[in-house]
Amino acid sequence: MKLLSQLRTSSFQLALLYMVVFATSVFLLLAFIYWRTAGFMAAQTDETIEAEIAGLAEQYRGRGVNGLITIIRERVARDPNAKSIYLLTTDDFLKLAGNIGSWPQNARADSGWINFTLDESVGWMGPQRLARARIFEVQGGLRLLVGRDVDELTNLKRVIEAAINWGMGITLALALLGGFLMSRGTTRRIEVINNTSRRIMNGHLSLRIPTRGTDDDFDQLAENLNRMLDRIVYLMEGIRHVSDSIAHDLRTPLTRLRNQLEHTLMSVDNDEAREQAGRAVAEADQLLSTFNALLRIARLETRGNTADMKSVSLDELVTDACELYEALAEDKEQNFEQDLEPGVLIEGDRDLLFQMVSNLIDNAIKYTPERGTIGVSVRKEGAEAIFEVRDSGIGVPDDEKEQVFQRFYRVGKSRSLPGNGLGLSLVSAVAEIHQGQIILSDTYSDRSPPGLTVTVRMPAFTGVLKRIRAAQAELPAQAPEAGTSESSEAG
Amino acid sequence: MKALVIEDDQDVANYLVKGLKESDFVVDHAADGKEGMVMAASEEYDVMIVDRMLPGMDGLSIIKTVRATGNQVPVLILSALGDVDDRVEGLRGGGDDYLTKPFSFTELLARIESLIRRNRQAAETETVLRVADLEMDLLARTVKRAGQNIDVQPREFRLLEYLMRNAGQVVTRTMLLEKVWDYHFDPQTNVIDVHISRLRAKIDKEFETPLLQTIRGAGYMLRETA
Repeated sequence: MKLLSQLRTSSFQLALLYMVVFATSVFLLLAFIYWRTAGFMAAQTDETIEAEIAGLAEQYRGRGVNGLITIIRERVARDPNAKSIYLLTTDDFLKLAGNIGSWPQNARADSGWINFTLDESVGWMGPQRLARARIFEVQGGLRLLVGRDVDELTNLKRVIEAAINWGMGITLALALLGGFLMSRGTTRRIEVINNTSRRIMNGHLSLRIPTRGTDDDFDQLAENLNRMLDRIVYLMEGIRHVSDSIAHDLRTPLTRLRNQLEHTLMSVDNDEAREQAGRAVAEADQLLSTFNALLRIARLETRGNTADMKSVSLDELVTDACELYEALAEDKEQNFEQDLEPGVLIEGDRDLLFQMVSNLIDNAIKYTPERGTIGVSVRKEGAEAIFEVRDSGIGVPDDEKEQVFQRFYRVGKSRSLPGNGLGLSLVSAVAEIHQGQIILSDTYSDRSPPGLTVTVRMPAFTGVLKRIRAAQAELPAQAPEAGTSESSEAG
Repeated sequence: MKALVIEDDQDVANYLVKGLKESDFVVDHAADGKEGMVMAASEEYDVMIVDRMLPGMDGLSIIKTVRATGNQVPVLILSALGDVDDRVEGLRGGGDDYLTKPFSFTELLARIESLIRRNRQAAETETVLRVADLEMDLLARTVKRAGQNIDVQPREFRLLEYLMRNAGQVVTRTMLLEKVWDYHFDPQTNVIDVHISRLRAKIDKEFETPLLQTIRGAGYMLRETA
């Protein structure tokens, strides 16, 4: 897998392209060397043969056929192991002189260059050797063959060919390996940038891409990205600063307004005036809570998930929320079902999670008529912790399911019910911080009203479980291990 | 009782000082961090109310310095920063309670009275709480009124215990959520009211004098009515 992904990187593909260019160059170079070497050797052989022929021709011109026979015999006798080959025959191929037994089978032509193999019959030469020769018709119906044993040269050629083939192979292998190693270096540096960016996207905004200090192109890229991050952080702090300023500058006068109303409430004796002051305080509280919720959402959305994250038992938290809200459902005579799988841990902020869970349960109770059904469940599915609230209420039409998370959005019929339209925005912001995903669906596909099912999927926290398993693995008893494997299958 | 208010906003400070004086506190006020630090170190107070953002020296530094000298005076932090992390940071920094601006004075008063009371009670170890003829045995975990056993759920027990420990004082809904349910969040509906009315049905319904009272615009109070 890792190797495959390495092969897919652009730097490796670049290295591969370079390898092709390099290998082609090496091939052309070696081919040129081969062509020159082999050509040179062949030319040399031919020149030697021509020189021999020139010598023999001189003898023939001076002393006739007998002189030719004599000189051939002399030369053969002088050095029986020489590379030179001579054969003089009559027109019908009867040997007159020479150091090979018979005329080559494949050379029945009258004149020209031939390549042939020497038979075993030529005792001193051993079996099957390659030779090159030129043949003539000599005046007087004689045939002459002058050649050289080129077996060694052929062998040399083979050695060179083999060397060239091996050389190509090694070049290819080295280029492939080099390309792989070189691209891996590059890939690693890109991987560092990728990993850091991913972690930054997950909210670790203070992280920066490490540089080597060599000021090469990667360092420059990293520095530019880092500068961009500084800028983003600066802008985000700007947003935060603005919301903090709003909090500080607007909430303070609101405090005063509320406190004056409260003071009025405490000091008047008139019942009607008290009633009015009480309503005004409640209105002010409502205004403030909307305002607080808005600021809270804004802050949650900008802060990322770096906050106070601890391992939280989702089932216990939801149990607490159910205990708190069940009474509300009972007052509406609603059927409140709970299905909470124990031991579902997530990493999160306890208070924020409780806010999310209680907002969803509260909504379910609020939007479900009397004697309706509410179902709350917590379970683990693979690596995910799932919190779900089902209700048999008015539901949300499909085309509005996306929009309910927007601030102040209210589904048509719910406008008359109390609430500020921020509950689900807050839920969404909290889920976001916990890397959660919220899915809205109809509880009943075949019924009207369809009800609403809100499913929140969050990554389950496994750190503690791993530690427990590690501790269990150290125990000699087998029972707990078996238990662990069963539960992991169940999950 | 003596309270120290360290708050730079003149209006909030005036309001606090006035309100606390009306509630029979002796109040000292400091308008910046350094002055507040000097006062906290030189006098003994029953409670301190410290704004988090102050000129001169910030609120958390004051609390840390005060705690470093071994002074265990209850401290309530006031802040315009209402985030959960800010709150956690404030409580870790040595604050006993945290209140976000804007706050109602009754909420603040209820909280500081509860703090002072808790600070005094810390030394004593009571096993039985009594308010009028209502009796709670903390060891046997039983509740009786006028000698009659009252059956309460575990959470109702904790709710009643908190109300009894703060008898005669206003207890706000937020305080109940924080101290009894142990979660800091903003409920969309006053879900606490439902639990209070259930508890009321158990301890007050069959008896002549109601003990659990609703205080308009503030919260609840458990007391013997005159």
